[in-house]
Amino acid sequence: MTAVTIAYSWPNILVFAAAAVLVLVGALGVITFKNPVHSALSLIMTLFGVAVAFVAQQADFLAAVQIIVYAGAIVVLFLFVIMFLGVDRREHVHVEPFVAQRPLAALGALITVGGLIALMAESHWVTGVKSVSSAGTALATGQANVRQLGTAVFTTYLFAFEATAALLVIAVVGAVLLARRERSLASEEGDE
Amino acid sequence: MAHVSTLILLLPLLGFAVVLINGKNMNESQIGYVATGVVGLSFVASVITFVLLLHDHHRQVTVQLFNWIDVGTLHVPAALLIDPLSITMCLFVTGVSTLIHLYSIGYMHGEKDYKKFFLYFNLFVFSMLALVLANNLVFTFVGWEGVGVCSYWLVSFYFDRDAASSAGKKAFIYNRVGDVGLLAAMFLLFSRTGTLTYIGVFEKSGTLTPTVATLVVLALLLAATGKSAQIPLFNWLPDAMEGPTPVSALIHAATMVTAGVYLLVRMSPVLALSSSGRMTIAVIGGVTAFVAATIATSQKDIKKVLAFSTVSQIGYMVLAVGVGAYGAAIFLMVGHAFYKALLFLGSGSVIHSLNGEQDLRKMGALRKFLPLTFPTFLIGWLAISGIPPFAGFWAKGDVLTNVFAHNKALWVLGVVTAILTAYYMSRLFVLTFRGTERFREVTHGHDPHESPWMMTTPLVILAALSVLGGALALPWVHHDTLEHFLSSTFGYVAPIANQSTLSQWGLAAVDVAAALIGLAAAFSIWRSRYEDEKLTPSFLEHVWYWDNFYDATIGRPLEHLAVFSDVVVEDEVIDGGVMGLAAGIVHSSQGVRKIQSGFVRHYALAMALGLAVIVVYLVARVG
Amino acid sequence: MNVPAAWYLVLAAILFGIGSFGLLTRRSALIMFMCIELMLNAVNLTFVTFARTLSDIGGQATVFFVMVVAAAEVTVGLGIVVAVFRRRASTSVDELSELKG
Repeated sequence: MTAVTIAYSWPNILVFAAAAVLVLVGALGVITFKNPVHSALSLIMTLFGVAVAFVAQQADFLAAVQIIVYAGAIVVLFLFVIMFLGVDRREHVHVEPFVAQRPLAALGALITVGGLIALMAESHWVTGVKSVSSAGTALATGQANVRQLGTAVFTTYLFAFEATAALLVIAVVGAVLLARRERSLASEEGDE
Repeated sequence: MAHVSTLILLLPLLGFAVVLINGKNMNESQIGYVATGVVGLSFVASVITFVLLLHDHHRQVTVQLFNWIDVGTLHVPAALLIDPLSITMCLFVTGVSTLIHLYSIGYMHGEKDYKKFFLYFNLFVFSMLALVLANNLVFTFVGWEGVGVCSYWLVSFYFDRDAASSAGKKAFIYNRVGDVGLLAAMFLLFSRTGTLTYIGVFEKSGTLTPTVATLVVLALLLAATGKSAQIPLFNWLPDAMEGPTPVSALIHAATMVTAGVYLLVRMSPVLALSSSGRMTIAVIGGVTAFVAATIATSQKDIKKVLAFSTVSQIGYMVLAVGVGAYGAAIFLMVGHAFYKALLFLGSGSVIHSLNGEQDLRKMGALRKFLPLTFPTFLIGWLAISGIPPFAGFWAKGDVLTNVFAHNKALWVLGVVTAILTAYYMSRLFVLTFRGTERFREVTHGHDPHESPWMMTTPLVILAALSVLGGALALPWVHHDTLEHFLSSTFGYVAPIANQSTLSQWGLAAVDVAAALIGLAAAFSIWRSRYEDEKLTPSFLEHVWYWDNFYDATIGRPLEHLAVFSDVVVEDEVIDGGVMGLAAGIVHSSQGVRKIQSGFVRHYALAMALGLAVIVVYLVARVG
Repeated sequence: MNVPAAWYLVLAAILFGIGSFGLLTRRSALIMFMCIELMLNAVNLTFVTFARTLSDIGGQATVFFVMVVAAAEVTVGLGIVVAVFRRRASTSVDELSELKG
């Protein structure tokens, strides 16, 4: 019987461990802190962990985008809104008015996760079968990650790219309209 | 011949159509004369057809009007069968109808529904002719139903009287019960022989097993009891006297009630196959004749006496059919049409003269006031009592002679009934025309007046026919008796060939004696009194409590069932079921509604659980 | 030799589970949003892992687009949150029950 030697190099395992710890601790922090600001900071920790995982998987560009967009812009936006609505609004986490909500939620989450893991365990997707789809291009051809990603986005997924550009514009306009105060009824509404 | 015979049938229908369409533009006498005229012309056409038939060698002509039903193996043409039996029926139906139409012009004068009366009268004659002339059972059934519905309309002519409308309903419902029999017979015959025309059925009657033949005969008997008012479906006829007197005369004496007997005689080849069926027919006829005669002795209404008398006389006819004496039955039918119509029209004349009074206790001594009604009524009375040489003696004697040859017990019953017949008819005659005057308060002191010529002329003609009608069957008057004329249409004729002349004279003597006994008894009792509780017991007066019996056994239970259906089945079960279903849906939707709690987290939880289910399904499929 | 992809996939699954539990359990609208972000990140991690194992750049391109859409979603979503909860004292979503049937 040939022994299966685990040939992972130690640095990779350490990197994975670090990423995993950051992700899980941050996630647990998001869902347990009472203060929303604390939750937002935990979220940043998770995002960092995910960025580390990206780098370990040769998705350098995406790791950078993750930090810049997610941690840098989205979480900042969260913090702005928290400040806007009042930072000391605490939620009473210990009382749950819906009796069955927590157990059922836990049950649902456990079944989903367990099922996903079971699916992965039983399928052949994790054996490194190379993609034969025409839409895919080989990753490990030695080109820079950014160049590969750019080529894909600007040729194969061009339409999606243009659509998301339009989406961003719409989102910005929508957000401005939604958050606006109603100046036309200023005489009846008081200043808020 | 085809055209003339078609005219017989269609002329009354033409009259009906003319009065229906143009009636509002016609005055009373125009309507009356048109209606009477078409029936009279129909009679003339019948006579012509009769003469033509006599010269026809084959004595059986089928006149096809049009092809009616043609479905799969069922071929039913709308066709007429002209043969001795149908032409005999046509002759007396159209003849008597014409006389009664003429009578009605006078009797119904001034009625507000005059036009309606003649409409229904003409339609009735058309239906009766269709019944009689048809060459197949389905066309007969059309006429059968037609006379039933016209009878219903005419009996409930004075529909604002509760009693009249109930009587109409009763007549129609009893008829319909009988119709089940005719339908059952049709189904049986069609399933065994594949055809419904009379000639076709008779040709294939050999394929009927005795059981099926008996069933068919019993079914036909049921139909006949319904239409001809025999036991067990006879108690509609007395109630039907609520209709105007011409209606009673035509429908319930001369024509519709004979339809049942006609049907049985027409189907004689099938009757020939079932001796138990014929025995049943004979017993029913005999028993009905006796029971009705007993009831008639105790009635206090002049028309009711005549109604029960009709039931009794038809009982004789059915009895004759049962023993196979079809010729005698038809002979009695024809004679009875004459003198019973005469008696009814005469009673109508009496009622008319007394301003509508029908109670015998308020009549009496009318002899000197009604110089034409009295003698004609007298002739009718003598005829029905069986006094020679009037028609009744010959006809009833013929029937009883044939019965004697087959069943002595039924013959004794027949003779007893004859005594009773003479008795109650004589009682009627004495109470009406002899004895003391009891009508002064009804006529407010005036003398009763005789009826106009339109009413008395038919009386005279019918009286003449009652006198001479016996000649139809006497072999020594003309070379072809009625019986012989009709014999080609019969399937089974019981042989009475060996009746010696002595026994025939002996039986005739018994008949005369019976009539005289009844007559004498009635005269002696009723000349001096007009009311006697012991002689008119309420058991007999109330129809042997037959109506009460049916009410208790059929009427009340059905009523309870109806109430039960209304309260329980309709309200609780059906409504409950439907409303319950609706309520159940509402309740369940109230429950389902709780899912829409409005809380985002509930919805999110539902989605998460749904996702979990999908994941489990995928794992199960892959694994 | 890199760490087997299965480990990253399990990590992503656990992250997804934590995020969904938090979404269902917390009442504050902002915390719920953050949990949504957690779930999106789990998905992104899965995609990148598969891009590596299958040598398909399409996975990474998908992640790129997911991030763009997530940004747009957060923008609009927080705008809604602001508009709804501006006049209320708390950010609890349990108060938004006007769609109760």
